[in-house]
Amino acid sequence: MNGVHDMGGMDGFGKVEVEANEPTFHHTWEGRVMAMVRAMGANASLNIDMQRFSRESIPPAVYLAASYYKKWFLGLKSTLIDRNLVGADEFAAGRSLRQSAPLPRGTFEMKDVVRVSTRGSFQRDVATPPAFKPGDRVRTRNINPPTHTRLPRYVRGHAGTIERINGSHVFPDSAAHGHGENPQWLYTVVFSAAELWGAGADPTVKVSVDAFEPYLEPA
Amino acid sequence: MAEHDHDHDHGSELSEMQLRVRALETILTEKGYVDPAALDAIVETYETKIGPRNGARIVAKAWTDPAFKQALLADASKAIGTLGRVGDHLIAVENTPQRHNIVVCTLCSCYPWEMLGLPPVWYKAAPYRSRTVKDPRGVLADFGVSLPKETEIRVWDSTAETRFLVLPMRPPGTEGWSEEQLAAIVTRDSMIGTGLPQARP
Repeated sequence: MNGVHDMGGMDGFGKVEVEANEPTFHHTWEGRVMAMVRAMGANASLNIDMQRFSRESIPPAVYLAASYYKKWFLGLKSTLIDRNLVGADEFAAGRSLRQSAPLPRGTFEMKDVVRVSTRGSFQRDVATPPAFKPGDRVRTRNINPPTHTRLPRYVRGHAGTIERINGSHVFPDSAAHGHGENPQWLYTVVFSAAELWGAGADPTVKVSVDAFEPYLEPA
Repeated sequence: MAEHDHDHDHGSELSEMQLRVRALETILTEKGYVDPAALDAIVETYETKIGPRNGARIVAKAWTDPAFKQALLADASKAIGTLGRVGDHLIAVENTPQRHNIVVCTLCSCYPWEMLGLPPVWYKAAPYRSRTVKDPRGVLADFGVSLPKETEIRVWDSTAETRFLVLPMRPPGTEGWSEEQLAAIVTRDSMIGTGLPQARP
């Protein structure tokens, strides 16, 4: 979706502000939100793409004003309601109002903690060979789905070069919406700054994205 | 958790968030979805066990062990996998006198958690996410980093499940240092590409 989350190339947000000796969490609740997102993701089978789409779907004005973990909380809340894991009435009441079916993987317990401390694998085999090889010139498709995608706006419709093949992976555009893993080849595609930003761009700058095969066509 | 709350800001949003998050945890616990002790353990893992020193150890080893460096650049997940647990798809990118690498996630906050811990607020915030792909030298200036004008700058936007770790250049003045001494000067920012390691006396 063409949401406010897709920030590459936007102007006006100002300088990067670095906090010296930043703590892992600024408030206790932030750590609890992070832990609940990880735990529910793992045991309720909420995949990472669904969770990302739930955060992208936060209204733009709220998204820009909310702290990072507040966005995670709002995304988790809408995901839990959408999947009938927690009712909106239960959020309002602040307590469970009815019994719920067990999660697909049961209660998230101590034995599950190690599993969420290592990144999951998103690599999947596909039947067809990759359509592109390193050195090929490609153009990103001009797609504007209202649904989840990982092709940022600032690279759409631009010509670049395949630098490497990163294997075949779960396709976020499908997985975010419960349409299965639909694995696709994944490539690092490199663009010159002039291609992305115009003739006056810094000639020493190159930008790459990791793009799934359905995002690309031969240039 | 209320007894151990470290919140000092009593602004309305904060109090509201504390209450809302506590209520959600109560609901998830009452429904049998989560054991709060397991949530404690996740928080503790990220507060005490996973942080930039994991990545710093890898960089220091690459600086002192040419065979490991070669293996790291060829397949970082595999090379690091021999030392400890790491997920798939980690790619190490090497800074050289000709080329400087910088990593961003314009769409959300993708970051090599296992190597660097949870990302700092600036990495997840709009200024860094918006500007790095368009004006990387300007962003580097915000960090006090100035590179020669002919140095190539390569920006890696983490748009998929691949993750990137910058292998910074070993600074002069560190000849003969042990791996442990070297690891101590490898900063988080130098592994994102927004800083350069400095030899300290």
